Amino acid sequence: MKSTLLKSGIDRLTTIIKIPSFNFPTNRFRSLRKGTVENDRSLVLSPFKAMVQKEITDHITNWRFIILFAIIALACLGTLFSTLSDGMKVLINDNSENNFFFLNLFTKSDGTLPPYFVFVGFLGPLFGISLGFDAISSEQNRGTLSRVLAQPVPRDSILNAKFLAGIIVISLMLFTLSFLVMGAGLIAIGIPPTAEEFMRIIVYTILSIVYVSFWLNLSILFSVRFRQPATSALLGIAVWLFFTIFYPMIANLIIKGYEPSQYATPRAIYFYQKLKFYLVQIMPNELFDEITSAILVPSVRSLGPLTMEQMQGAIPGSLPLGQSILLVWPQFTGLIALTLLCFLLSYILFMKREIRSRG
Amino acid sequence: MADKSIDIVGLTKKYGEHVAVDNLTLSVEKGEIFGLLGPNGAGKSTTILMVLGLTEIDSGSVKVCGIDSSRYPLEVKRKVGYLPEDVGFYTDYTGLQNLMYVARLNNIPIEEARKTALETLAEVGLEKAKDKKVASYSRGMRQRLGLADVLIKKPEVIILDEPTLGLDPEGVKKFLQLIVDLSRKKGITVLFSSHHLHQVQQLCDRVGIFVKGKLLAEGKISSLAEQLFSKNAHTLEGIVAETEKPSLSLKELTQKMEQMEGVAQVEMRDKRFVITSKKDISVPISRLVVNSGYGLHSLSKKEYGLDDIYHQYFQEEKQI
Repeated sequence: MKSTLLKSGIDRLTTIIKIPSFNFPTNRFRSLRKGTVENDRSLVLSPFKAMVQKEITDHITNWRFIILFAIIALACLGTLFSTLSDGMKVLINDNSENNFFFLNLFTKSDGTLPPYFVFVGFLGPLFGISLGFDAISSEQNRGTLSRVLAQPVPRDSILNAKFLAGIIVISLMLFTLSFLVMGAGLIAIGIPPTAEEFMRIIVYTILSIVYVSFWLNLSILFSVRFRQPATSALLGIAVWLFFTIFYPMIANLIIKGYEPSQYATPRAIYFYQKLKFYLVQIMPNELFDEITSAILVPSVRSLGPLTMEQMQGAIPGSLPLGQSILLVWPQFTGLIALTLLCFLLSYILFMKREIRSRG
Repeated sequence: MADKSIDIVGLTKKYGEHVAVDNLTLSVEKGEIFGLLGPNGAGKSTTILMVLGLTEIDSGSVKVCGIDSSRYPLEVKRKVGYLPEDVGFYTDYTGLQNLMYVARLNNIPIEEARKTALETLAEVGLEKAKDKKVASYSRGMRQRLGLADVLIKKPEVIILDEPTLGLDPEGVKKFLQLIVDLSRKKGITVLFSSHHLHQVQQLCDRVGIFVKGKLLAEGKISSLAEQLFSKNAHTLEGIVAETEKPSLSLKELTQKMEQMEGVAQVEMRDKRFVITSKKDISVPISRLVVNSGYGLHSLSKKEYGLDDIYHQYFQEEKQI
């Protein structure tokens, strides 16, 4: 029953999408149920919208997406249940000093499985890469790119549609997961989240969308540049591995070289700490980790090194949401900048390219 | 010039050192079927891409229906249907869905698009396969779907880039017939690129021969032949029948033929003769044969085909 429902739903999406644009929602449902629309004149769907719709349909009917989504959802829910089943004590015990029970669902675990945010940080990039790595190259290899380009659509709208569709799908997935975890937590703990907690989770979700869309953009860039989908997929994964494994090693080597002696001046130590901080700031995953910790753990007050003077007079406690956002603003800007950089590069490459039918 | 569908002036395209299209000037009238003939790598596809505004032009200008295609490619693409060689479709969509998608990209309202899509599918003979996925289509069906795809936006100009590649002879014949019918019926201008002589010959009103980025000759096929075989453009073939008392022997007849005005060469071999001449001399020749007391089994004018033209040009190209 469910599968037939799903199938008919997908069929509706894929065939002619008949959603009136400016009608009341009731009309919309009625027309969907009937499968026809009376006032077709009003719904001249713009080409761009058509492209985005097609991309989204392609994504959500794609096995690649379904499998990855299932993996991520299972991992996150697995964490959640293991945390909830015997880790309730962990949640409660840990909260002696603050009262953000709900956020702990996202950040704490009993140790058998890593917590939710680790999964998102770890699998998110893979997800982004998998959505984008063959975005342009597959169209070219199938010979559909020149066909679409021969239609009266601006060339950039192909790229924009791919990007927008990817972001919509990512948002859909991440919000689904966040709300799933929240809902499950709500049932298990029985305490509703406070407005602050809720907002923090929403902000965290939005920022993780930005993070995943960086990887999406990077892989779209590779798909524009490389004809073979395998090349661009491998390259995407290589970049991801580089940032998660090799770059920290290299950074460590450099930092080791600057390690001050025990009797070094405070200035040297300060410099060393700053270097240690800034060297990792170009890693998108590090930026995201910092964002996560500042948003989901309200007691985090600073991401960089702090001097004793700066700490003086500070009252231990949690920051309000606005202050936490302010704290991660540079990291957030950095992520956006990296995303835009990738987009810009793929834009330049794509707009100048000569598109032949398949070669 | 309203009646010129495609107007190319001084078009040049270079890839680094290699000149793909060299100072090309060409115009195609409205409603005409123009054949762009040339070997592989002659720059046909590049020219087409420039006509569509899909590639930057190094110098020169292209106007399609009076619109500059390097400046307003979108306007041009609204009027031009382009069928690339080896066209691709979204294989996990049905034929109808593929068409509907293109219709939506052309901003055609959905109901209208559906109607047109069904009509064009019927026109190209795919109405039975419209709900099958394109992955299951044969090569010929794909090509026909490609044509439907071009027609759905009701273009003024159709550009076909090697559309018959990989089709079987029967499929080619049907496909070409389809194009001719559509062009005649709807007054669509067709630019047809191919390296197949016979297809171009069957199909096109005018032909341009394109080698190494240059247009070597352009015009109707018959006038091309005249341009090329200017010395002895006419060839007569005939068979004489021996009667009881011919007034002349075959040898004498041959001599008489050779003496006629405009005759360049006569070959007589066992009652068969081949005469090449500057002008059409079929009437005096037949009179001569009959007056000499012979019968005439057959007398036919040999028309020069594109084959001969093609070879002639390539020979010239090699000599250069």
